[in-house]
Amino acid sequence: MDSFFGRHKNVTVFAVVLFVQFVGLAVQVRRKGDPGDQPLMRRAVVTSASPVEKLLTHSTGFFQRLWADYFYLRNVNEENRHLREQLEQERLRQIRLEQDAMQARRIQALLGFKEQFISKTVAAQVIGTGGSEHSRVLYLDRGAGDGIKPDQAVITPEGIVGKVLSVYGSTCEVLVMTDPTSGVGAILAQSRLQGIVKGSPGGTEARLLNVMADEKVNIGDEVITSGGDGIFPKGMHIGWVTSVAPGHDVFLDIHLKPAAPLNRLEEVLVITEMAVREPDTQNLGPIRAIDILAERLPSASAPKPAPGGSTATPTTANRGFPTATGAATGTPLPAGGSTNNLTNGVPRPRPAAPEAQPKPQNPKPETPSATPAPPGQGH
Amino acid sequence: MPDLSYTSREQVEVYHFGWPASVGLPLAALLLQVMLPARIHFFEVFDLPLLITIFFAVSRRNPIAGLATGAVLGLLQDALGRTLIGVCGIAKTVVGYAASSLGVRIDVENPITRFLMVYGFYMIHGVIYVLIMRILANQSVPYRLGHELGAALANALLGVVLFALLDRLKRGD
Repeated sequence: MDSFFGRHKNVTVFAVVLFVQFVGLAVQVRRKGDPGDQPLMRRAVVTSASPVEKLLTHSTGFFQRLWADYFYLRNVNEENRHLREQLEQERLRQIRLEQDAMQARRIQALLGFKEQFISKTVAAQVIGTGGSEHSRVLYLDRGAGDGIKPDQAVITPEGIVGKVLSVYGSTCEVLVMTDPTSGVGAILAQSRLQGIVKGSPGGTEARLLNVMADEKVNIGDEVITSGGDGIFPKGMHIGWVTSVAPGHDVFLDIHLKPAAPLNRLEEVLVITEMAVREPDTQNLGPIRAIDILAERLPSASAPKPAPGGSTATPTTANRGFPTATGAATGTPLPAGGSTNNLTNGVPRPRPAAPEAQPKPQNPKPETPSATPAPPGQGH
Repeated sequence: MPDLSYTSREQVEVYHFGWPASVGLPLAALLLQVMLPARIHFFEVFDLPLLITIFFAVSRRNPIAGLATGAVLGLLQDALGRTLIGVCGIAKTVVGYAASSLGVRIDVENPITRFLMVYGFYMIHGVIYVLIMRILANQSVPYRLGHELGAALANALLGVVLFALLDRLKRGD
């Protein structure tokens, strides 16, 4: 026996090491359940490695900032001038958009819409990756101590990144949206077609699934979150359609380019808290609901003063005109100002429905249930 | 006087490494492997732990040391990634064992040999990985041959340069 082991020592050790690993693998495959429940070895290794990764990332960042902020200042003046010009243009654009947004919020309030608001985020720095082409994960320098929990959304200003998969003491693991096992509820911004965004098998790009083959999808169409997955708030950028082809079954094969720069992420935001509430219409200026109605629905007449001389309060708190909106007839009001009832500044003729008369004495909206809520928006 | 072929046992020199190199190099490789792709996405195609496994295996020319290096590095790489723990471990164990066995038989100091060796072992590593994922883990991992050939080429080129640098850490018998 001794001589046998002596002669075949290398092969024996090789076989034993392989056998042990195969057994460990089989156990993991059998136990596979909650993705957040990580093996002890992974927890130990990640917990040990993350302080070093953090230290290296932060020290590298310090030197990068030192170089960029104090030494490499070439073309800064020209860039400054260009940015100032851009800022002026953006300010003008912002004013226009603010008007549209105010209008939209007022109308949403009238319809009794409730929206998901991002109420709390945590900024985090990317300190590492999965280290392999086969696993699309990132490690952030924030963990359970910072309020991070599994299944929280990770975003950048450009678009979504992924969701928190596992949380450790001072770090967390993020599953990037291009991983084949990830899934994001999505909607095509223009056509409002819904689908699911999943990563490709190689993990290099994303695909939009479950869009029927007879639908029209164009290259360049924007894809946003639908909110239906319960992780990402509605309306966040996911990416753009880069190719559309007939799939193997009844669905289209749609490929996307992610909006977020997933290949060179440095800082991200983790959404740690979301709130569902009605749009804030308290600070939108002294515009009464009746003004909106008069603008939007010319057929709706102004409310008559109630007996005793009291009129509708001009605050936004009781802007309830339940049957005076398009929702009453099943036609949702447009949220933006671009598709209102004015054609070239002239009000479009609209039949005056009897139920469209405002009822200022009854501030409680009655019509919201008549308006189908988009996914991700609760009533 | 009997002729000695170049690959005969008598001419094969076995190298050793100090503790700092034996421990520090693999750990540094692992750290770089998880940190650099976050900044330089292209770096993802390189498999530094694999290169270190091959380098130590062929230098030490001890199959047990080779497979142990491969197993430890592979398992740590699995733990830092998202794959099942053991997939890279098994693949690198096989590569470590095979590389050290090969190191006894052929001249592994030549850059061309090193290039071909790294190229071959990278491909073997990829095939083992995909087989384990498909058969054992029952996951649909694609094998993109064109991509794998390109990645093997990139790793082989890096391997030649890296091995030349790491040769300085070797200590002879």
